[in-house]
Amino acid sequence: MLSRLFVTCSQCHTTHFISFLKHSHYVCSKCGYHFRIDAPNRIKKLCDRGSFFELDQGLKSADPLNFPGYQQKIDDAMIATGINEAVITGVATINDIRTALAILEPRFIMASMGSVVGEKITRLVEYATDHMLPAVMIISSGGARMQEGIFSLMQMAKTAAAIKRFHERQLLLVTVLADPTTGGVTASFAMLGDIIIGETKALIGFAGPRVIQQTIGQVLPPGFQTAEFLLEHGMLDMVVSRKNLKAILGSILRTHQQRPYAQGGERHAR
Amino acid sequence: MPDNPKKELLEIRQSIKDIKRKIPPREAKSLDPIIRELEERITGLGADGTPRAAIDIVKLARHPKRPTTLEYWQILLHDFIELHGDRRFADDQAIVAGIGLFNGIPVTVIGHQKGRNVKENIKRHFGMAHPEGYRKALRLMEQAERFGRPIITFIDTPGAYPGIGAEERGQAEAIATNLYHMSNLRVPIISVVTGEGGSGGALGIGVTDRIYMLANAIYSVISPEGCASILWKDAGKSGAAAEALKLTAADLFKYGIIDGIIDEPGAGAHEHPEETAALIKKTLSAALDDLLNLNVEALLSRRYRKYRQLGVIIEA
Repeated sequence: MLSRLFVTCSQCHTTHFISFLKHSHYVCSKCGYHFRIDAPNRIKKLCDRGSFFELDQGLKSADPLNFPGYQQKIDDAMIATGINEAVITGVATINDIRTALAILEPRFIMASMGSVVGEKITRLVEYATDHMLPAVMIISSGGARMQEGIFSLMQMAKTAAAIKRFHERQLLLVTVLADPTTGGVTASFAMLGDIIIGETKALIGFAGPRVIQQTIGQVLPPGFQTAEFLLEHGMLDMVVSRKNLKAILGSILRTHQQRPYAQGGERHAR
Repeated sequence: MPDNPKKELLEIRQSIKDIKRKIPPREAKSLDPIIRELEERITGLGADGTPRAAIDIVKLARHPKRPTTLEYWQILLHDFIELHGDRRFADDQAIVAGIGLFNGIPVTVIGHQKGRNVKENIKRHFGMAHPEGYRKALRLMEQAERFGRPIITFIDTPGAYPGIGAEERGQAEAIATNLYHMSNLRVPIISVVTGEGGSGGALGIGVTDRIYMLANAIYSVISPEGCASILWKDAGKSGAAAEALKLTAADLFKYGIIDGIIDEPGAGAHEHPEETAALIKKTLSAALDDLLNLNVEALLSRRYRKYRQLGVIIEA
């Protein structure tokens, strides 16, 4: 993705020297476009240095439907990314606060959700529930992974059910929706955060723009399904530039470290 | 293929009936795998006993004459009263809901509603719900929970509606919120896929203790046409996609996604709505009897485990 010396911004076509871009969080200095970045880079920017401890690293996808071409696709993605699946989960400290963390990897089959992504998200949420940790998820995904058919659809129910139990312990989930967040991932764990953050200009939605355009036969309005559009329609708490993300997450986590009147929340515990 | 597929089909049907009727219930439990295997062999077969291609089942699932949710309810429920609206924005016509008596038991029913003709289908958005449909469903599910009423949902949708208004009003949030709350509703929930189980639009009212499919229904993460156009840039390859997606009742029963297949007499539900409704009633009654006997803790932990174990992974 960012392996050459120069890269051109897809929005304003400014050419950037990659080693400079690195220091600006891969944000275009001219138009503010946020380049897609890989999960290891995210971890480096977000976690306190050396604090990230990975969980469930070994899980790999099977090919339950024996779907044409799928095994090859998985193998290629594993080689291209050097990781086993489209999400990295673990525990880290963010501004010294211990947090369960999931980061989707868009280089891996567009971070679509098959059984492994669903399982790792669920295990992380269960881990956070057991250890009473807040959880942060940095999400970007094309949606359900159709090569796993109904098994991918069921991951939506599985992750949502795990978050329900997590919330009954009155724990905090912050979801950060980066470019792009669509389909079955938006319609499950992404929209279930207590606080939902959109990254600047990210595409966020349920149906893809092409599908909508085909259905209604009209040109879509400018800015449709951007993070800013969702904020305007009440679907997000805020839109945050990547440069400020760690500071904002740090503040949110800090505010949730105390419960000045804990008994008030008991109604929500079961 | 057997020499006389129709004869073989009838024989297998007869032996399932015999097992179910003649064996005392206590011993019948151990015969479950055998019944399962027999049922597997005959589902997906046409009335003449030859296998149906997945795409033919897709066509049956979408058959314009297939009974709709409200038509089934007219047969299955007494004192049915339709309830409307999400109390926030609108009354979605693609999801219908209400209360009534099923076998004398008060229930809340929720289902997708397709139209019978073009005019009706425009009003019903071809059974594709907007966020307000999912919010109406959730409002009435929570009401059912308050009154200790079990919930039955009927699934028949191509998918959630893809449109500007649906996105503006939070289609993804509405579905996610339903999955979240349904996973923990403190009353029994059962669903039947009667036609098309279209992805998140179906799951939005489909997180349940038991789920059954009519023999010619489908349930899939994406339509065969959508899958073919994304993967092979050719919507015309929907036949191959339908096969690859494993979306028939027989496939999903084999994978343990659904709890049972409800037979459709003869050529299918569109020709025998009354008999099909009777078979749905039989399955729902048995499931309801089971679930009403569970205490709420067992009900909820079973529901959680049911979804928790879904997925196929390789653990290194």
